[in-house]
Order: sequence, then C-alpha cells, then structure tokens
Amino acid sequence: MTKQVQQLDRVIIRFAGDSGDGMQLTGDRFTAETAQFGNDLSTLPNFPAEIRAPAGTLPGVSSFQLHFADHDILTPGDAPNVLVAMNPAALKANIGDLPRGADIIANTDEFTKRNLQKVGYPGNPLEDDSLKEWRLHAVPLTSLTVRALDGFDISKKDAERAKNMFALGLLSWMYNRPTEGTVKFLESKFARKPEIAKANIAAFQAGWNYGETTESFSVSYEIKPATLTPGVYRNISGNQALAYGLIAGAVQAKLPLFLGSYPITPASDILHELSKHKRFGIRTFQAEDEIAGVAAALGASFGGSLGVTTTSGPGVALKAETVGLAVTTELPLIVVDVQRAGPSTGMPTKTEQTDLLMAMYGRNGESPVPVLAPATPSDCFTMAVEAARIAVKYRTPVMLLSDGYLANGSEPWRIPEVSELPDISAPFTTEANGEDGTYLPFKRDPETLARPWAVPGTAGLEHRIGGIEKADGTGNISYDPDNHDRMVRLRQAKIDGIDVPDLTVDDPSGDARVLVLGWGSTYGPIAAAARRVRAAGHKVAQAHLRHLNPLPANTGEVLRSYDKVLLPEINLGQLAMLLRARFLVDVISYNRVRGLPFKAEELAAVIGEVIESV
Amino acid sequence: MSDSFNGGLNGKGLALIPRTDSKQTLKDFKSDQEVRWCPGCGDYAILAAVQSFLPELGLRRENIVFVSGIGCSSRFPYYLNTYGFHSIHGRAPAIATGLAASRPDLSVWVITGDGDALSIGGNHLIHALRRNVNLNILLFNNRIYGLTKGQYSPTSEIGKITKSTPMGSLDKPFNPISLALGAEAGFVARTMDSDRKHLQGVLRQAAEHRGASLVEIYQNCNIFNDGAFDTLKDPGTRDEITVRLEHGQPIVFGTGENERAVRLSPTGGVEVVRRAEVADGEILVHDAHNPDPSLAFALSRLDEPAFEHVPMGVFRSIDRPSYDHLLNEQLATATADKGEGSLADLLHGGDTWTIG
Repeated sequence: MTKQVQQLDRVIIRFAGDSGDGMQLTGDRFTAETAQFGNDLSTLPNFPAEIRAPAGTLPGVSSFQLHFADHDILTPGDAPNVLVAMNPAALKANIGDLPRGADIIANTDEFTKRNLQKVGYPGNPLEDDSLKEWRLHAVPLTSLTVRALDGFDISKKDAERAKNMFALGLLSWMYNRPTEGTVKFLESKFARKPEIAKANIAAFQAGWNYGETTESFSVSYEIKPATLTPGVYRNISGNQALAYGLIAGAVQAKLPLFLGSYPITPASDILHELSKHKRFGIRTFQAEDEIAGVAAALGASFGGSLGVTTTSGPGVALKAETVGLAVTTELPLIVVDVQRAGPSTGMPTKTEQTDLLMAMYGRNGESPVPVLAPATPSDCFTMAVEAARIAVKYRTPVMLLSDGYLANGSEPWRIPEVSELPDISAPFTTEANGEDGTYLPFKRDPETLARPWAVPGTAGLEHRIGGIEKADGTGNISYDPDNHDRMVRLRQAKIDGIDVPDLTVDDPSGDARVLVLGWGSTYGPIAAAARRVRAAGHKVAQAHLRHLNPLPANTGEVLRSYDKVLLPEINLGQLAMLLRARFLVDVISYNRVRGLPFKAEELAAVIGEVIESV
Repeated sequence: MSDSFNGGLNGKGLALIPRTDSKQTLKDFKSDQEVRWCPGCGDYAILAAVQSFLPELGLRRENIVFVSGIGCSSRFPYYLNTYGFHSIHGRAPAIATGLAASRPDLSVWVITGDGDALSIGGNHLIHALRRNVNLNILLFNNRIYGLTKGQYSPTSEIGKITKSTPMGSLDKPFNPISLALGAEAGFVARTMDSDRKHLQGVLRQAAEHRGASLVEIYQNCNIFNDGAFDTLKDPGTRDEITVRLEHGQPIVFGTGENERAVRLSPTGGVEVVRRAEVADGEILVHDAHNPDPSLAFALSRLDEPAFEHVPMGVFRSIDRPSYDHLLNEQLATATADKGEGSLADLLHGGDTWTIG
C-alpha cells in the first residue's frame, strides 16, 4: 500500500497515560529523535504530584507535550494536533485541550468497563459517536505489543510494559523520525537485561511497521529541519541548564562550588545533577532542612567557596534570615528559587511567578538582593553564570528565579564554547588594606562598593563578621545611629549600582504604540503571541526583563516610550506593582494563576484588545 | 583502646591543620575589642581559659575559626583574634558545617548556649553530631535565657519561676549529654567554667579529636540564674556529688563514709552504691572508647534527679571518619576515576547535533 506523505510546518503531540505507562520516557525519546532530525522544538511535561496515584484514575494521568517545527518556535504549543491516550483517564483528562479535527490515538485494550467506570464514562467513547469531531485511531496497543513479543523470554507483564515503545514506534513512523537513537538508547538502558532490551526494540519496530501497513493510518507527515544558528546543539531542560550554569559559574569564578540543599519539588533535580559532578570539586550537601542548606552554603562562602542553595518558594521562606545574614556580612551566595504554585504547599508540580516580591523584600530590615530570572529553559544556563558573576563581583547573595515550567521544559540549546564564557573571577584579598597593616573587612571598592573578601587561612587578616551592625570600614560592632544610616545606604547603593545590560525592545515596525513586557518564563508565550499579532497585521513591541533587581537603567525610558504597556504575569501583578511604584507608569496587568504557562493564543487576544484601545 | 584512637590523642585530629612556626602566647589570641559581658559572668572565665589554651595547640592562628549563634555566649568570637563569624540564632552548627566540610585545613569551633543549641538550633546540633562534622562545639549551659533577660531555657529545671513562667515552667529539661550521646556523637564531655584545669584538659581532647566534639560547660549566669551550679563548686558539697570520669579508672566518688561507686544495675543501666558495699571487681571501669554508646548514656543519666550526682569529664571519645574526610574522599575518588572535570566535555555530553 502506498501511503500519502504530507508536508507540515509544525506539529504538537501530547503523550498521555497512567503514571506507570512510561509517558515521560516516551516523550523524552520522541524529543531526542526530533532534535536529532533537526527540528526546532519545545517540550512540557506534566506529571501528577502523587508518586503512584491509583492506576487508571484521573489524578494518575501523566503527560508529555512536544511542539516541533521547521522554524524556530517559542513554546510547547497551546493545543495538541495529536493526542496519544493510553487509557480512558488520559483521554478524559486531555480531551478538553484538543481542538476539533485533531488526531486521537487511543489504546483500546485499556478501555474496559472497569477503567471506564473509574473515570465516570457512562459508555465507551471509542464506540459511541462522542468523538466524531476528532480523527480517532482506535488501536489495541497492548495486545499488539504482546503479540509482537510472542516468543521472547519475558513475562507477560514485561511484554505489556513495552506498549509505550510500540506507541513511540507508531508515532515515529507517522512523523518520519530517525530511529537509530532510540535503538541505541534501549540497548544501553537495558544493558544488563538484554532480553528486555531486545523486546523493547522489537515493540518499537512493531509500532513502526504497524503504521506502515495498517489501513487505519493513511498519511504520514514530514516536517523539514529548522534553520537555526549554526553550532553544536543538544536538548536541555531548565533544571539541567541551571545546574550546568552553576558549574560553569564556579569554573569561570575559579572557586569550588558548594551546594547546600534540601529536597523539594521542582528543584531537586538540580541537587541530583550537581551531585554527579564531584570531579569538578563540587561539594553537595543534603542538609537536615532548608535553613541548614543555605546556612552551610554561606559557611562555605565564608571559607572561600561559591556557596549555592537550591529550593522552591516554601524553602525560600525558611531561608530568609540566613539570606539577610549574607546581605549584611556581604558574602557571595546564590539562592535558586524554582517557583511553584503557592501559598504554603500550594501545587508543588505546577508553575507560578508568585515569589518575586518575596525575593525582593522577604527579609527583615533594609535587605536588598539582586534578583534575576531566566527567560527560557536554556537561558537558565546563562543566568546562572550571571548570578555567579554578580555574587562574586559584588559580594552579595543573588536570587535566581526559575519556575516549574522552565525547570521541566526543554528545548534545543546551542552549546556555548567555553571561550565565549566570561571570566568572572575576583581574587581573594591577601594584603592588609588599612593603616599600620590592619585589615578593614568593610573598606569598599570605590567603584563597585564591594568589600574585600579575605578567607580563613590568610595570615594577618584575621577578622570577625556577623549579623550585628558593623562600623563602616572596621566591621566592629556598632550601634552608632549615623553609622547605621550610612551602612544601610551603602548596602542599597551597592545593589543599585550593579552593572546590568540595557533592556532591548523587539519592534520590527519601529512605530508600535503598545509594548508587551514580561519577565522570566513567560518569554516564550509572549513572543509567540506578539508574532501572531504581527502576522495579523498589527504592531506591537516586546521587551523582556531578566534582571529584576536592579532593573536595567533604561527601563523607565522604555516604558514611557509607549502609549500602553501590557504586562502578563502568572501572579496577581507583582512586577506591575514594582514598576508602577518606581516609574509611575500605568502598566496594564494581565494575570492568570492557574499553575500553567500562558497560551500564545490567549495572550495574542489580550494584546489585540490593548492595541484596539489605543 | 584502639590504636587509631591513640593516634587521635597524639594529635592526629589536628594533622590537616597547618602548624605555627612562631611561639604564641595568650596575647596573640586577644582581639582589640572590649569584652562586654556582665561583671561576674562565667563567660569571662571560659574566655580566659580558651585564650590561654589555644597557644598550646600550636596551630596557625589564621587557620582557627570561631562560629557562634545568638546569645550572650555567642559574642565570644569578637574577643578572639582568629577568624570569626557571629551568625544567627541556632544556625552556627549548620554554618560551621559548610565551612568545615569545605575546609579540612581549619580548626572550627562553635560557641553556643543552651537556648541557641537546644531550642532554636536543636535540629542542626543533632545532625552535626550524627554526621561527625569536624567541629568543636562548646555549649555554655547556664540553664536560663540571659540575652533576652531571664526566660526559662530548655535546660531549666521543671517549675522554674521566670518572667515567662510566673507559675513555674512545665517542661522537662534536656540533658545535653544524653542528647549528644543519643545522636551518637563521637566525643562528648562535660566541664565547669570555674575549673580552668579541667576545662582546658577537656578542650585539649576535644580539639585533638577529629570529628564532632560536644563539650557542655556549666556556666554561671550571675544575673538571671545565679548559683545554679553552686553545689558543684562549694568545697562542702562538691566532692560528694561530682563523679569524675576518667578513662580506664573505676568510677568512685565521695569521701570517707560517703564514698560511693558506680556499678552495672540489674535493670541494664548503672547505679550508685556505697563503696563499702561493693567488691572492687564490681565497680564499673570507665571506658570512653567503647563503640557502643549505651553505657555512656547510662552514666549521663546519673544526674537524675538533677545534681544528686553529676558526672564530669569525657563520657565518650571514639574514632570514626569525619564528614569532611568522607566528602573530600568522594571528590578525590571521582577525580581519580574519571580525571578532573572539563567544562567543554560536560556541556557537550549527551546527544548532540551540528547545524551549519
């Protein structure tokens, strides 16, 4: 049978199944094949908070969405073109996101009476006409897999478990993905269980062959490779990029990295990643609690390491007092907050931008801290290096605000040459800097206002620092009113004076009257929305803040250059409040706090409304 | 006694710390800061004892660090001309953990009090002890909150009348020694602010022990809890209640007809009996190096009811690898196995593809 091959410029696929069905792995493999093929891509995993929710239930559904295209893309996509539903729960949980006409590939074997009842389907949606507005491909994935593996020396359970590889094979055929990488991957993943490896590879190939031979699939698709900036690429998630950025920051600062951390979703993967790289001299310390994590990091910084702590919002709340100690002792420290839905425990696996004001102000006293926020998963690398630069150069704690969306999302990353990375080293002080050979731990660099950093082991520079107010220069305890006023202002001036690049504006027309501004992980959806608006013939300028404290020097000027400034945030208007207070600009907020990233379509509509109102 | 432990007493615990090549005196360890505790405070005696004992260690002054939390005792680092970090309430053991784990060439001392170490910082204390971080933790126990002006502390006796407990405190106090032994600390000792010789002897052993050392120092707060340890200091009562623990020696105390001994009790613990009523062979011989902490724990319970008989000295001193040693060993192993990390190789790891 000759099958039709259709050209597409982009596709969004969502794999959904029970948490035990291996959907994340399937998605990761499809991503790797797609990256290898040369498409641009963006991914969004979505997994239940429960480790193993009861099988077949709605809370147990795990999914993985992948957007890939023949051009550069900015988000994991709003709505899938294809849904792979491994059971009724996966269908029910995801059908609402699926536009009419999209493909559904459903595993009929799991649509049993019992499984349908579990999720409240009165009948079998695959057999009545409730799905008639979609293109349904009813495929008995489990039994086809088991049949394909007949003769393998494995249990029935193991054979059934390979159904995700059958599904991957089928999708790989549909979209003409290269398969060698997956075969190699399976060989190495199951290197110690060769029979399981062979069975999974056979299931994968059976899925491919099924697509090629069955009449149920008449069309396969081709999405040409994207034209990206030349270079060597890899696919990378935000958490992995952030971990690599911390390593690069320490290497470029010529300091040993010390991570003090307590496990917390969605930040734990940074701890896991850094724990693997001990040969870089990285010490990872899993502390007894969040406070001990940051405290140990600060203690290590006092000793001459680059101290880092990684956490999420609840952890930042606990670390606040120690961050204040780092502010007043003026030691380098990086605090990574992978934001998640709050308040309190909130929704640990869902994303949010609600910790900005806590990062800015969540400490007692006048306690200024630089705040940075990466814009995309791969930007987590760049901003982690930037956090290290600022921490070391200015001797200050730095807050780095990632979030659940960046942490687990992934995209192709052009790997930088090490020679492209900045040298951010700032040598320790080894010489006395006061009269008569004394050492003044708070005598500042006149340009940066940073204090010298003399570490234990340096003869003649023995000194004491602490949380009590210090006399300017000597660092001795001081309750002098004027000294306190001076020190409060000096600490503020140091942070205000941090060198931050100017805010750049993307305005292809050059005469847009509306600016859409964002910060952190909303970059992708905002930029995609701006493209849609422009494609529809309207004009909009876009700017994105990655430095939130201090703000780029030209921020006020940029804001005042437009009739209207729209600021979408996944919070109730935290940056808007800061900008209004600082620049007296009537910023228009657009806020949704659903634990999910914005959709490009949604933002395009909002931008359109603002343009119309001008 | 194991050989490795002998090594510890001979200075193995300090082997990684650079030694000074010049003669040091007490003066070298005094900072230029005016000491500001209340006149008569027990902290003065401890400070003087520490300043005069540090030169004995023969370490480079710049490789000694004092880290403290919050409380009267936590001002201590300001008065010593070493590196010092006066931190925040309860967190000194955690801060010192990061320092000691990343700098095995430092002699790190934690100065803390009963409120700092056992209330707000209780969690960090027990974890530093179980991990065996290379720290010397000096816990000044005055059984009261001094800096906040006189509230009861986690070591105050039940029924303590204070500003916050006008009808008497309700909660049972911690015994810091029992707590430390429960966390399986490798070195646990108790001493007294006013007994300089004993204090310095214990500090010396603590310093030479590699790993976590907890030293409880009974310290008199003459403003808010004056006389808390008088029965242990008054020549009339002192010798009748003080049980001096010395490794390898039978545990006997008291004088004359009141002479008593400690033996194993039928219920599995230890008990105090009149010396005259026990045969020599029945008297418990103190073994500070017993890997099993049970007997040391039983000895710590002799002070129950409080101050009936109070063991002083080293309860436990065993040799086990310190956290920093194990951590740095992993780094060395990883580097030996795969070579030093290369940033370019790291970034190019995994599946890559080339465009253009």
